[in-house]
Amino acid sequence: MKGISSRALVWGLLLYACHTPDTPARFGFGRPASQAEIDSQNISIRPDGAGLPAGSGNFAAGRSIFQAKCASCHGPTGAEPTPNRLVAAFGDTVKAKTIGNYWPYATTIFDYIRRAMPFNAPGSLTNEEVYHLTAFLLCSNKIIDSTTVIDARSLPRIVMPAKQYYVNDDRKGGNEVK
Amino acid sequence: MEEKNDKKIPRRAMLKAAALSATTALMGGVKVPDPVKTGVIPDPTKVQGAVPGKLGTRSPFEQPIKKASEISGRTPLQDLYGIITPSDLHFERSHAGVPLIDPQKYELLIHGMVERPTVFTLKDLKRFPALSRIAFIECSGNFRTGKETMTPQEICGLTSQSEWTGVMLSTLFREVGASPKATWFLAEGSDAAVMTRSIPMEKGWKDAMIAYAQNGEAIRPEQGYPARLFLPGWEGNMNIKWIRRIEVSDQPFMTREETSKYTETIKDHKIRQFSFDMDARSIITYPSYPQEVEKGWIEIRGIAWSGRGKIDRVEISTDGGKHWNNAVLQEPVLDKAHTFFRYLWRWDGNPAEIMSRAVDDTGYRQPFMKQLIDARGSDMGGYHLNPVTAWLIERDGKVLFKPEKRK
Repeated sequence: MKGISSRALVWGLLLYACHTPDTPARFGFGRPASQAEIDSQNISIRPDGAGLPAGSGNFAAGRSIFQAKCASCHGPTGAEPTPNRLVAAFGDTVKAKTIGNYWPYATTIFDYIRRAMPFNAPGSLTNEEVYHLTAFLLCSNKIIDSTTVIDARSLPRIVMPAKQYYVNDDRKGGNEVK
Repeated sequence: MEEKNDKKIPRRAMLKAAALSATTALMGGVKVPDPVKTGVIPDPTKVQGAVPGKLGTRSPFEQPIKKASEISGRTPLQDLYGIITPSDLHFERSHAGVPLIDPQKYELLIHGMVERPTVFTLKDLKRFPALSRIAFIECSGNFRTGKETMTPQEICGLTSQSEWTGVMLSTLFREVGASPKATWFLAEGSDAAVMTRSIPMEKGWKDAMIAYAQNGEAIRPEQGYPARLFLPGWEGNMNIKWIRRIEVSDQPFMTREETSKYTETIKDHKIRQFSFDMDARSIITYPSYPQEVEKGWIEIRGIAWSGRGKIDRVEISTDGGKHWNNAVLQEPVLDKAHTFFRYLWRWDGNPAEIMSRAVDDTGYRQPFMKQLIDARGSDMGGYHLNPVTAWLIERDGKVLFKPEKRK
């Protein structure tokens, strides 16, 4: 600050203020989104079940769909040692990270299948088909039994066995390796 | 008379004809061999050169390429200088390929816990104040080891740096009236994986950007054309490309990519989640495999970076880690950015082991693999591995990677 008089500084600031309009609270760009277009895009499912559609699924129907649409990559049961192995129950001595031994939320299964599967026709499954596949995978991983029906109410209530092991990142930088 | 005739032929056409005949044209029905392939290069002061083109070219003698697999392409770090990654060499990683998106039809929807759910076109996004920032993006699964004949590209080529330009997400949050009670937002891409990640609102308000430009031009398709999320210093996967939707919420969505992937097993069977920050790291890119060196002065060069801040210093050892000296950091040293370092070393011709170790401005020092194993257990996953990387210099000048053991 040495060498700059306070008067000059004040004048400088005033000039700056005069020539630089404040950033507005809003620019008014973009257009309002209608509820219909939000609904058409919003496919996300939360772990509390928000976003889950109507419908239900069971193991037997899921098995048929899985064998028809998923087996080419995942094997007929999902337990085959593919790079994308899905099935191995919690406690099995399997290195692969599967739904049964690694996934912390059952809702994620529905969300992911619906948005990204099958690989050769992503987003092509009906909600009902996704529920069936979800039930098939949960049962195959010994999380539900083969008679349990999965729907918007029951799916978020399932407690996945691996959830107990999840911890939040606690790395903070500084002189510590974590 | 002759002079007049000369003037009737446009200079440009003459130059073009000369250049063509000098390089690829048919001369008397005989195709002139490609001088680069034959190694017979005419004296460049005795023939006209190529005329200006619509796009620049690389010298045909320089052919840096990405190392591509079905799911990723890795940056050839050993071929680069300075801190900016040429856009066509920026690493790429996708989960369902690179989508083709019409910029005229592109829209970004922001909704959820906001006062005004809004749709922004690309044109809308570009009307907002345009900020630029130079920073790296690194995949959190960016460490490979296993054999001596590995290049920096193969070891950790899933990091690259660009100048990103776009609108700050905080500006868009203000525009839509994001709720102060919101704690997380979901970012969703419009690729065939419809990739989603949950991100704390705090990051969104702090320094997140919706980027539509990279190194001065429209962002490349492989990096998210026409717009992507850019989260300085955070793991690459969260920087959702081809972003189409942001849902403001009060909890994480627990998507597949933040539960079954991009989490790491640590000690006591624990699974660490939401590991956002990229820890400080460095790699010597010269000398490295497959380069060879000669006895005498060698300038050791490389890059260092931290997702938490600026690089404070880079320490170099040329004796296998017994002694360390600071490298020179090349300006600019930027926050959350690749920083170029150099270190002059006189090699006496004896076998040597050289390595670099980054320290960032939080005081974090890049660990050895053993420290990572000690901290996380030998079953630690493959994410967020940033070990000190050593090169072995053989008596004949060959440079080999010293593979780290994972156990």
